[in-house]
Amino acid sequence: MNYQGVWTVSENDQGKLKGVSYELLARGRGLADKLGNELASVVIGHNITDEAVEELIHRGADAVYLVNDPGLRHFVVENFSAVLRDLINVYKPEIVIAGATTYGRTLMPHVAVRVNAGLTADCTELDIEEGTGNLLQIRPAIGGNILAEIKTPERRPQMATVRPNLIKHAEKDERRKGEVVNVEFKAEWIDRRVEHLGFRKSEGENINIQGADVVVSGGGGLKKKENFGMIKKLAESLGGVVGASRVAVDRGWMSYPHQVGLSGKTVTPKLYIAVGISGSIQHLAGMKTAETIIAINSDSDAPIFKVADFGIVGDAFEVIPALLESLDHY
Amino acid sequence: MNIIIPIKQVPETGNVKMDEETGTVVREGAASIINPLDLYAVETGIQLKEKLGGKITVITMGPRSAEKALREAISMGCDDGVLISGKEFAGSDTWVTSYVLSEAIKKIGDYDLILAGERATDGETGQVGPEIASFLDLPMAAYTSRIVELNTESVVVERLIEEEYEMLRLSMPALLTVVKEISYPRLPTLRGKQRAKKIAIPVWSKDSMELDEANLGLKGSPTRVVKISTPQVLRNGMVIPADDEESTVRAVNQMLDFMREKNLIR
Repeated sequence: MNYQGVWTVSENDQGKLKGVSYELLARGRGLADKLGNELASVVIGHNITDEAVEELIHRGADAVYLVNDPGLRHFVVENFSAVLRDLINVYKPEIVIAGATTYGRTLMPHVAVRVNAGLTADCTELDIEEGTGNLLQIRPAIGGNILAEIKTPERRPQMATVRPNLIKHAEKDERRKGEVVNVEFKAEWIDRRVEHLGFRKSEGENINIQGADVVVSGGGGLKKKENFGMIKKLAESLGGVVGASRVAVDRGWMSYPHQVGLSGKTVTPKLYIAVGISGSIQHLAGMKTAETIIAINSDSDAPIFKVADFGIVGDAFEVIPALLESLDHY
Repeated sequence: MNIIIPIKQVPETGNVKMDEETGTVVREGAASIINPLDLYAVETGIQLKEKLGGKITVITMGPRSAEKALREAISMGCDDGVLISGKEFAGSDTWVTSYVLSEAIKKIGDYDLILAGERATDGETGQVGPEIASFLDLPMAAYTSRIVELNTESVVVERLIEEEYEMLRLSMPALLTVVKEISYPRLPTLRGKQRAKKIAIPVWSKDSMELDEANLGLKGSPTRVVKISTPQVLRNGMVIPADDEESTVRAVNQMLDFMREKNLIR
């Protein structure tokens, strides 16, 4: 059987599409055009509106596979994996990409096993190899210090998760037309062994450092918990969220969901400001692909300056208050 | 409560130095350790065993030297180790690794829970945990940050996702991949170290399990690394001093100018 076409796995929250879905369309459109094939997007969930489906088409999808049912209200990997497995087995796409988010990185490995496919994690670049038409998957490894180029020469589909927030969303063109395939819900997709019980917000703080345009992080150089106050103020005045180095988390200054780095999260904001963070390889692995990096540190030899676009060598307790004051009068 | 914990031996990134000229890793002299993120799974397992009894088996696939990682986990409080080793396994990608580990877990049998680290600090794929759950058809929670409730029938967990925590109930047996927030790994005890030193660790080859040979090693792996490059990661932007009041004001103004140029502030 011939595998053909490029698929993106869109992400939604209670029917509302997430930004990563449009980024995937931009990636997918590029690949599909190179192959001269169609681009389709799969949306699984509940209360997905016609407008949301239209938007996927306006932003580049030639077809949308819509699986819309109350039984799929919450992401339960076993259920969503069964849906995607069945769709792949019926429609046989050549390439399937999803976001390297907690959603994509849970769902895609589960599906890859079920459909006997190769999967490459957390790619920063995708391309099509000339001649063979194979998907070239480029990803950082070993703390971001090497880039590996990976191929899936034989098995199909070729599957990959893609690091989010690296490229622009696909443009909207309201004249674009596409086909909507309404996929009928099957009760057998639902795994009775797993039950979604609810969500819990982290109290009084925004922990979504992966979705933020600006992340202001503090490290060991801040010396004590109270000093994170000025980091929070700076984040607030820039419309961002607070990140932290491992040291700051291990000392109990910030909670784990804020941790950036190899044992924490990987962030790709438009602006990353590192305050009092020396820049161990482990930390750099988690923020090196940020669009712009600013570092403030008292040690001029700190490795963080090597990856920074702009740096200030100085005492954070002098620089940050001065910065806050300027921003206030700004 | 019988628990199986798949672990991985990785190069110690803590001692890896960066070559400042090229911006690449100097790997010479880097020792091998248990993947630091697996330690949270090991600690979680030991805590459950202390509360509920039972046994913990750690398993790994790797070269013969990976035995050291198993002994380290045993010195912390795990009971048994199994090393899966042989040239047939060399070059395995995550699909093959999960396949082999799944077959090993089937052979060990009689388990209630599989605990795995979120990902390894070398490959950083985070795929092996979910793939084992898929091969064994076990209910799974990835990114588990807390075990809320656990009995022989089911486990209630919280998992850390981007915006918040999600609570799930899974029937047992189940597989959890855990994040750092779940526990604080203990150090090995002297008694543990002595036990770990003496214990016999069986080495399983491809013939020890029911394996399809076509699915092993590099040739069985769906994915293939075709090129490795060391990217130029250094940006070497402008770095300016702020050592007194005057230079601090100047530095702050320059930073604001820089941010304005980049359209980060208006």
